[in-house]
Amino acid sequence: MLIQEGAAAAFHPQIAGPASFAVRNLWLVPAVPIVAAGVIALLKQPRRKLSAGLAIGSLGFSMLLAFVAFAHVAAGWASGVAVRETVNFTWIQAGTASVALGWVLDPLSAVMLVMVTFVGLLIFIYSTGYMAHDENFTRFFCFLSLFAGAMLGLVISNSILLLFMCWELVGLTSYLLIGFWYHKPSAAAAAKKAFMTTRVGDVLFLLGMVWLFAQTGTLLFYNNGAGSMEGWALGGLISAHAGLGLTAAGAIGLLIFAGAVGKSGQFPLHVWLPDAMEGPTPVSALIHAATMVAAGVYLVARVYPLMQAGAAANGTTTALIVITWIGSITAVFAALIAIAQNDIKRILAYSTVSQLGYMMAGLGIGGVAVGMFHLITHAFFKSLLFLGAGSVIHGCHEEQDVRHMGGLKAYMPWTFATYAIAMLALCGFPLLFSGFWSKDAILESAKGWEISKGPYYLLVFGAVLTAFYMTRQVSYVFFGKWRGHHPAHESPRVMVLPMAILALFAVLLGLIGTPAWPWFRSFLEGHGAEANLSVFGEPAFLMLLGTSCIVVFLGIGIAWWLYGNRSPAAEEPDALEKAVPLVWAGLRDRLYVDEFYDVTVIAFYRAWARVANWLDRRVWGGIVAGVALAFRGLAHLDRLIDESWVNGGFDKGCEELSTGGGLLARMQTGRVQTYLRLLALAFVVLAAILIWSSRP
Amino acid sequence: MNGFPILTLLTVLPLVGAAIALLSGKHARGVALITALIALAGSLLVWTKLPADGSIGLVERAAWAPSLGIEYHLGVDALGALMLVLSAIVTLMAVDASHRVHHQPGLFYGLILVLEAGLFGSFTALNFFHWFLFWELSLIPAFFLIKLWGGPRRGPAATQFFIYTMAGSVALLISFLAIFLSTGSMDFGTLTAMASSGALGQMVTAHLGNVMPWLAIGVLAGFAVKVPMIPFHTWLPAAYSEAPSPVTMLLAGAMSKMGVYGLLRIALPIFGVQIAAMRTPLLVLAVITVVMGAWAAAAQKDLKRIFAYSSVNHLGYCLLAIFALAIPVAGTAAQNNQAAALNGVILQMFNHGLTAAALFWFVAMIQLRSGGLRGLEDFGGLRKAAPVFAGLMGIAMFSSLGLPGLNSFVSEFLIFRGVFPLSWVAASVSVLGLLITAAVLLTVIQKVFSGPLPEHWAKFPDLHHSERLALAPVIGLMILLGLVPQLILNSVNPTVVNLLAHWRF
Repeated sequence: MLIQEGAAAAFHPQIAGPASFAVRNLWLVPAVPIVAAGVIALLKQPRRKLSAGLAIGSLGFSMLLAFVAFAHVAAGWASGVAVRETVNFTWIQAGTASVALGWVLDPLSAVMLVMVTFVGLLIFIYSTGYMAHDENFTRFFCFLSLFAGAMLGLVISNSILLLFMCWELVGLTSYLLIGFWYHKPSAAAAAKKAFMTTRVGDVLFLLGMVWLFAQTGTLLFYNNGAGSMEGWALGGLISAHAGLGLTAAGAIGLLIFAGAVGKSGQFPLHVWLPDAMEGPTPVSALIHAATMVAAGVYLVARVYPLMQAGAAANGTTTALIVITWIGSITAVFAALIAIAQNDIKRILAYSTVSQLGYMMAGLGIGGVAVGMFHLITHAFFKSLLFLGAGSVIHGCHEEQDVRHMGGLKAYMPWTFATYAIAMLALCGFPLLFSGFWSKDAILESAKGWEISKGPYYLLVFGAVLTAFYMTRQVSYVFFGKWRGHHPAHESPRVMVLPMAILALFAVLLGLIGTPAWPWFRSFLEGHGAEANLSVFGEPAFLMLLGTSCIVVFLGIGIAWWLYGNRSPAAEEPDALEKAVPLVWAGLRDRLYVDEFYDVTVIAFYRAWARVANWLDRRVWGGIVAGVALAFRGLAHLDRLIDESWVNGGFDKGCEELSTGGGLLARMQTGRVQTYLRLLALAFVVLAAILIWSSRP
Repeated sequence: MNGFPILTLLTVLPLVGAAIALLSGKHARGVALITALIALAGSLLVWTKLPADGSIGLVERAAWAPSLGIEYHLGVDALGALMLVLSAIVTLMAVDASHRVHHQPGLFYGLILVLEAGLFGSFTALNFFHWFLFWELSLIPAFFLIKLWGGPRRGPAATQFFIYTMAGSVALLISFLAIFLSTGSMDFGTLTAMASSGALGQMVTAHLGNVMPWLAIGVLAGFAVKVPMIPFHTWLPAAYSEAPSPVTMLLAGAMSKMGVYGLLRIALPIFGVQIAAMRTPLLVLAVITVVMGAWAAAAQKDLKRIFAYSSVNHLGYCLLAIFALAIPVAGTAAQNNQAAALNGVILQMFNHGLTAAALFWFVAMIQLRSGGLRGLEDFGGLRKAAPVFAGLMGIAMFSSLGLPGLNSFVSEFLIFRGVFPLSWVAASVSVLGLLITAAVLLTVIQKVFSGPLPEHWAKFPDLHHSERLALAPVIGLMILLGLVPQLILNSVNPTVVNLLAHWRF
């Protein structure tokens, strides 16, 4: 069941033929880790080595398969074929419509598969060191494996329903892992908050999904021209109007985007992600930095044809404009808050939110390749930052407050070196680091956006802030004098090695996406890539390079001037706090978004719960009580009539029954008999009416 | 003439079991378990014998009182058979959960089996009189089970439950008397055919004037109480929380389905036109049931009351879909919307029965371990003391909140898939129910299982082997049906198509 893809003009679309080995066995990529999770869960005794081995082994196997799949797509690309192979099947049948599931192998899923399995495997290995002393070690690897399986399932989904199911399952594992140390009330609360906040987006996503299904009659993205992301369906979606000036495509696109807003921590649903740092640090690295939170970005990339459908002359749609603005606002909003945080992981969490904003903006303005490139580079350097933070926390005896660290570069040289590389990549340090290339691609497209220059300025400002807060953090943690209580120590090799490998990629990945050889873009978009070094001499590139240099050096410079090597005492107020106390307080308190939700959404929820309860007890219950009272009066009357008029054998018979039957006598309430009598009476009346009415 | 009377035997079986249980005193539990197991096997046998085209099969007919329109007429399609299987599963679970009943065990198990017979009878009857007998028959054991073995406020709870349901039954009865007076028939199939040709309305109007809407309201009222639909639900929280847990399992798991079943077997086929005319107010009530049911659950502090209101919310989705599909449509796409909604309703009936019964079972186990406590605030951190307990109950709760991979998601997806194009406003407001339910259930997990473990619960026992063994198939079924819903839907879909073809709105 191969797909013809017409959009990639430069390449031959793939011609249908027998399904390749890679796509036939693609389902094993998610299935193997899920089976491993099940096996670990059912192990009789908590067996540490076995469970870690199962988890790592299964993900390693998935990684090999992912490489095979990637190689297959890459080979197709090299020979000028835009590979898009699918395997679809009917899950259930409702009426004559089939609810179909399936998986797809195309450049987008291949790239994502490689990233998730590779980064995931490194983090799994790191976890064996980080979690070595945890009493629930086996359960940790069970959840981690389940997560990996669900995430990989999400990546290969060719059905929006299957994607949604995996989407919810990664949400579940995120919930379980944030609340991994469930005995801490803060962890339990954070887990619930994460699940609920993302579910707000998810129910809108659900509506978008059922709408898409109802409108196009299919759940499949690609299905030989009959999928919802293909020409015929998109044509129908553009011509259907949904009110508010939106086409059905636009409205459905926005509903699906709402799901992405929740999962990818976009403003205004970003509030759960910083709290999610309650989970163990490898979880933060894998789920809340590299993979799951990027799933929202991936989702938008996956349904990009829908987002883009019916584009105006300026190449954009309402949905894309909304995505761009939400992304840009998130990028700056979160970066601002990151400045004033003191928890090493929270700084990174806000940074993640901000970078996810960049990805969204990149998707909205520049298209799939721009957003996805930043997703991939970010996955490497941000997971490295988290692993570094974990190493620091580990080395500092579970200390997370940067004010109680300092001078760690002497104690933890490996951690420092790798952290510094990741930090420079995140700041977008020119030319050398992958983050520079991916962020510049976003800035470049934002600069040329026809709708507004607003996102460009926001994203540039955000880049200054990024350089600033990362320099502040690194100064606090690695420079100056040690301010902790117990001496810090370097982490074991099993933790350092994955960090070193990630660091390597934080640098090298830039090579596949430079303007001189934009391999990544051509691979995703299905056209050839030619090396052209002269791009580096063009004024446009030099302008952008100049801007980037100014931005990065400005951010790093100011922060270094304020914090570098100063080593303030832990209790001393922050340098910025002294300068602008009010602004600082606002940023430190996360710009009061949580407080705002407390007095609006949460208060509304609680109030309505009380209203519902009050309605139940007073109004509905009251009406019933009133009716009951009226009937009691009637019953009294009935009894009078009964006793004085009827006074017959019926009554007596009932009484005999009640004294004879031991059961009824024990009741001694009298009421029961009345009801039974009523019931009997009803039948008698029924019979009487029937007999009377059926007389000829 | 009808072949092997399997449905009759299936209905008689629990009655025989009940009689033996009554007489066998201490061994009543064993008798009940065996009876329930045989009944389950029988119901599964029925499930395998369904006609492939989705029509009604295993028909048994015999003259009873022809002059009164009363006929012994049994038969099942996938809808009825699925309810038989559900009733049998829930009864088995309830019997198994009853092992702490020491007061009059013979009577207790006997009544439970009579209740099962009532359920079987009402899910197989195709004649109103016959159906109504069993509908009422199931009420009596339920009443006594609450009244005799219930909690401290069992008296008023049982009374309210009984009277409320009786009032609904009277409304039903009156409506059907009018129908019979006008048509001379009480046969569901005959009446459905008359309704779909339009003859029914003409005959009733000719006999009694323009009363069809009122008859529809009477029938709806009877079912609205049973499901229940807000505001006819006030008996439910008291009955569910005061009934002994095994009985709550039966009430929530099986008896509440009688109402939904009645809507599908009786109300929609016979009063489709009238319901379609009242569709908007009915949809409003369904949405209120979904949203306010969930919201009322959020205000409760007693686990049983929480799950009771949550039950109202979950059956609200059934009502939502039933009323949303009551509209004349044309074209394959629109018919597929109806089919998706109806598949969703039938599957949701089964899923909710399974999950709700399991949840009340877990509450029973909590009460057993804590000396009767079941307040939301009474516990904390239990997951540390009882990890397997927490894990399995967690799965049941995630099933209830509609997590993909577990059973309820499939039915809720199909319901929203069907309802959205039929009434996008109702669907859009109802997703609030999904949100609130999730908040409620996660709060339960948070308060009961997370946080620090208090000293006095440090010895809270985890599930023992026998309990794990009993729960494993139930939890396994939740996962299985979440992944392979076609086990049920492959048979249900033909019935859905068949039903829709005979309904006229």
